[in-house]
Amino acid sequence: MNDFSNDVWVFVEQRNGKAADVSLELLSKGRKLADSMRGILKSVVIGEGVQSLAIETFRYGADEAYVADHAYLKNYATLPYSRLLNELVERHKPRVVLFGATIIGRDLAPRVASHTRSGLTADCTDLQISDVSYLGKEYKNLLLQIRPAFGGNIIATIIAPDIPTQMATVREGVMEMHPLAQPHEIRISEISFSPNGVDGLVSLIEQHREESKVNLKSAPIIVAGGYGMGTKENFRLIHELAHTIGGEVAGSRAAVDAGFIPHERQVGQTGVTVRPKLYFAIGISGAIQHRAGMQEAKKIIAINTDPDAPIFDVSHYGIVGDATDVIPKFIEAFKSRLK
Amino acid sequence: MHNSIVLVKQVPDTTNISGQVMKEDGTVNRAKLPAIFNFEDKVALEFALRIKDEFGGKVTAVTMGPPRASDILRECLYMGADEAYLITDRKFAGADTLATSYVLSEAIKKIGDYDFVFAGRQAIDGDTAQVGPQTAEKLNIPQITYSEEILQIKENCVRVRRKIEGGYEILESRLPVLITVLKDAAEPRPFGAKRVMAYKSAKSLLELEKMAEGNSLLYIDKLVYEYKSRSLFIPTLTADDLHIDVARCGIKGSPTKVYAVESVVLGGSEPVRIENTSAGMISLIDKLMEDRILG
Repeated sequence: MNDFSNDVWVFVEQRNGKAADVSLELLSKGRKLADSMRGILKSVVIGEGVQSLAIETFRYGADEAYVADHAYLKNYATLPYSRLLNELVERHKPRVVLFGATIIGRDLAPRVASHTRSGLTADCTDLQISDVSYLGKEYKNLLLQIRPAFGGNIIATIIAPDIPTQMATVREGVMEMHPLAQPHEIRISEISFSPNGVDGLVSLIEQHREESKVNLKSAPIIVAGGYGMGTKENFRLIHELAHTIGGEVAGSRAAVDAGFIPHERQVGQTGVTVRPKLYFAIGISGAIQHRAGMQEAKKIIAINTDPDAPIFDVSHYGIVGDATDVIPKFIEAFKSRLK
Repeated sequence: MHNSIVLVKQVPDTTNISGQVMKEDGTVNRAKLPAIFNFEDKVALEFALRIKDEFGGKVTAVTMGPPRASDILRECLYMGADEAYLITDRKFAGADTLATSYVLSEAIKKIGDYDFVFAGRQAIDGDTAQVGPQTAEKLNIPQITYSEEILQIKENCVRVRRKIEGGYEILESRLPVLITVLKDAAEPRPFGAKRVMAYKSAKSLLELEKMAEGNSLLYIDKLVYEYKSRSLFIPTLTADDLHIDVARCGIKGSPTKVYAVESVVLGGSEPVRIENTSAGMISLIDKLMEDRILG
């Protein structure tokens, strides 16, 4: 009964002609999804001067690239970008379309999903292709869209069984990037574009951006603090420990919400996903949204006053105690060992 | 004069969820959770009220939800909304973001006459941030998401500062436009004491029907007339009032389905417990150094 296509598409987000990491990660994941349903992987590249970027997508597994290259498309803008994608999706009916769960992806994907009446699931932490039996019907090659839900006490698997196109967004760092040794042959389909009146309803007046200096993803050691640190004062201990052992400072969503630390240093489902050698989770209870972002660290040390905190269940070492007491002891012990 | 429609949502307080609140089909039994006003939507209402303060016009709050969502509509009235609509119907239950945005867009078309639609960026129960853009698409109007500030409204245009990765940008949009706002974008004003006194007895049609059911001397038509004439009626729109395609509403109109729900079961791997003593720390550090994790 399956007369849908097996195409997997990845919307490739770019700034100044450079691909966002999350898009390359999604191409690597998309390659696997396409393979498991014997489909093909296509990248969708929109921008100005993006030919070399389109070619780069083949290194990450693309079989084909749709490229819309036009001066008007230099910066992301909702209306022309969504118009292009709407037309492409309506014409070719891909089975799966993946977007980074960035501000751009979260602006664009729902607009396109709405227009094409596709299913869309936000912030997936895993994606799989599987045959599914649902309400007495058999479905082949559905996309399982897996994400924590409702405060993180459950993991939900979402499917969109009866429609041609399933869409999902995924945060940066959740999927791993795998450049191919032998990319497929380059096949680029140029998509023609000319601006129309609707595109001009919104115009960009100015833009200010500083490339983030924070790179949690590549830090070998991360010291993360949570709401349990209590105060911003106490949170300084996190910085001190990170400084002592040469790590990057991070925090849970609760720590960000409490103003202890900026959002760009948030680890978890709605922050960054990290895989460091060593991860300290201090004063972090361990909600699944947080664990989704750090449980693949090689070694995890949890420090918490509550011996039953869920964070201990994903940790390799656990210290029950107050952070303001434990951290200074650890720093002192570390310094004594370096002597 | 600029009229605004503000999309608000009552959300389960997701910080405290137990297994009992999940229904067998994987959806949430909201009746078992404390319900709160999604904070970013309050910020959205504040944006609309500020435009009203400066330019005049009408602010209309709209929510789709079960009957008890009238609670947050009363809060909208306390803050300063001129009118608050409850969009409710069993046929709307179980809607995903696509079906929700369809119903909301139809309700907005019915209410009509607006320059702005405001909404919070996302609701804390799903964190999807999808309903805003999907509603804008269905209304066929532009959207500005992740907004931090309205800089200027002039003639038929609005300038908005919005967040982007690593900074911000300023966009200018023609009206009408749908704008979603971030939680730090404005401090929602407190309830006005006089407004609370005035609107605490505001009632939706369903609430009036309940009153009428419990008292044979009350007639629903008379009640509605009375509440309307005292400006205490919360207009209520159902599927019939909207003349919509029911196949696009609720669980039927939702392309995404919850296939499986797994409670998160932890345990299995117990960590090595380290004593909270200097000796404990040293043994831990030695182990980490041995494994070439540290040092």
